[in-house]
Amino acid sequence: MSITDYWDFLVSRRADIWTAFLDHLQITFWAVLLGCIVAIPVAVLLVGNRISWVNSLVFTIANVLQTIPSLALLAILLPLIGVGRTPAILALFLYSLMPILRNTYTGFQAVDRNVLEAARGMGYSSAQRLFQIQMPLAFPYIMSGIRVTTVYIISWATLATLIGAGGLGQLIVSGMGTNKKELIVTGALLAVLLALAVDFVLGRIEKWITVRVKSEPVANTQ
Amino acid sequence: MIRFDHVNKTYEDGFVALKDINLEFKEGELTVLIGPSGCGKTTLMKHINRLNNPTKGRVLIKDKNIAEIDPVKLRRSIGYVIQNVGLFPHMTIAQNVAVVPKLLGWDKEKIARRVDELLKLVNLDPDTYRSRYPSELSGGQQQRIGVIRALAAEADIILFDEPFSALDPISREQLQDELVRLQQDLKKTIVFVTHDMDEAIKIADTIVLMKDGEVMQTGSPEQILRHPANDFVKTFIGTKRLYAEPSEETFLVDDVMASHPVTAYPTRGLAESIKLMQKSRVDSLVVVDRAGELKGHVSIFQVLDKYREENRTLADLMKPFEYVVEVGTPVSVALNLLNDHRLPYVPVVKDGNRFVGLITKGSIVRHLAEVYTPATEDAVPVVQDEVVAE
Repeated sequence: MSITDYWDFLVSRRADIWTAFLDHLQITFWAVLLGCIVAIPVAVLLVGNRISWVNSLVFTIANVLQTIPSLALLAILLPLIGVGRTPAILALFLYSLMPILRNTYTGFQAVDRNVLEAARGMGYSSAQRLFQIQMPLAFPYIMSGIRVTTVYIISWATLATLIGAGGLGQLIVSGMGTNKKELIVTGALLAVLLALAVDFVLGRIEKWITVRVKSEPVANTQ
Repeated sequence: MIRFDHVNKTYEDGFVALKDINLEFKEGELTVLIGPSGCGKTTLMKHINRLNNPTKGRVLIKDKNIAEIDPVKLRRSIGYVIQNVGLFPHMTIAQNVAVVPKLLGWDKEKIARRVDELLKLVNLDPDTYRSRYPSELSGGQQQRIGVIRALAAEADIILFDEPFSALDPISREQLQDELVRLQQDLKKTIVFVTHDMDEAIKIADTIVLMKDGEVMQTGSPEQILRHPANDFVKTFIGTKRLYAEPSEETFLVDDVMASHPVTAYPTRGLAESIKLMQKSRVDSLVVVDRAGELKGHVSIFQVLDKYREENRTLADLMKPFEYVVEVGTPVSVALNLLNDHRLPYVPVVKDGNRFVGLITKGSIVRHLAEVYTPATEDAVPVVQDEVVAE
């Protein structure tokens, strides 16, 4: 098979490929967004929480979710919530929890206690402390959690096609079914490129927002 | 201004941090809370901005019980400087200084003017520093920002929690001086926590000495130094300051000698020697060879006398010392030598003839000054007629 053959193939199937690509992107986007919406506030609550067993319980649950093989998780969810895109997003969302949770938690813990003490002593309310001090300082950590998660989710989302969610996995699976190498290669290649591109873009966003945030601790002169 | 009325603080684990504190912090005064670590001084101070709340008793500011004031509001009206500076690393210097005015909703122009004014107050050029970040500043500069941040909203009360203890000694001195200077104009009611007695003596109008959650003694630095209330206060303010009747016998020449006088090798030429004396502002040199052996002394008059003879060196001119003292000799022996033989100075030697220091009238006066007065630097007289270069 020559390059031109492959090109002809791409052109002839471009509509399918494009749909698969968009599906993949959407599944990933919603899974990560849901992950952020749930994991970041939970992490913030855990940081403020003093009952240590609650923290370990939450982390254990997130950890366990993380370790379930993705194929198995999809299979388990199948009878519970059926097939289609929503179950796929839900399953991938469960995977996104752990890295975001862990990173947000670490980021908040890393905020210098003296800085918080100063903020409290100068009359920041708890909400102002959270949004004006803790969030900006923990932001690089949170962002790196989101990046890691997104890259994972993009690769795992290829399995989502098994429960009928579409995406780039669709190309691979149908390629295997019909013994069409072009399809398999295209699906895999696009998934890789998508992961790299998204990681790059998120990195850029992170840099753009943090460009003026010096996250190294204020010189400790002791 | 601030009054503690039977304040008790017991922590949840049963630890009693403050025991029945009755105190008044006077308006426009700088009160230093001092004591060993764990004595409750910081806990006490944090009651003023409600970072701590009393288990029993009341804290009143301008006769108003602060338990009835919203803590967030209260804190915005009180300046707060902490030990590790606590500048916000993600904000510029200007933003850091402007924190409380911004929380209070001042308009932008007023804030900008105030920030510049405050930066100038601590001798930092606004144009240079305004848009830098805390990590780009030295420790001393950071704490200057910490101080002006507390002053920004024109609070009447400023709390300092060991603000200078993490700084190097030079920055610490400078900041203490600056604080004293600022306070002369500003006349704020300042509560300053420290564990450093020298610092307390230097800056305080009133010192409150604490131990185990109780106030041991309250008074001006002078009163506390002269009339320590009990043995604890005596030990805390330091025995060296407190020799009621120092007897010279207790001091050895080792304590009193100037250990870095100006010395020269015997091979030095005369012009060089004059230059050295000029530079060090002394009128004679101790001649020591390269092995550290004491050789003799030479005065500026002897050098000038022979100045025309170009090939001369100090070796030709110097005179041996007639009297030397060994390390470990009581000071009184050296004093008698100085007095009886009208000597300007006596060298101190070790292991036979190795030169270690010089007893001069100046070094003795300096030592006595240290013993008899609190160790504030400006109390030490500057002695002119001596061979000692600082």
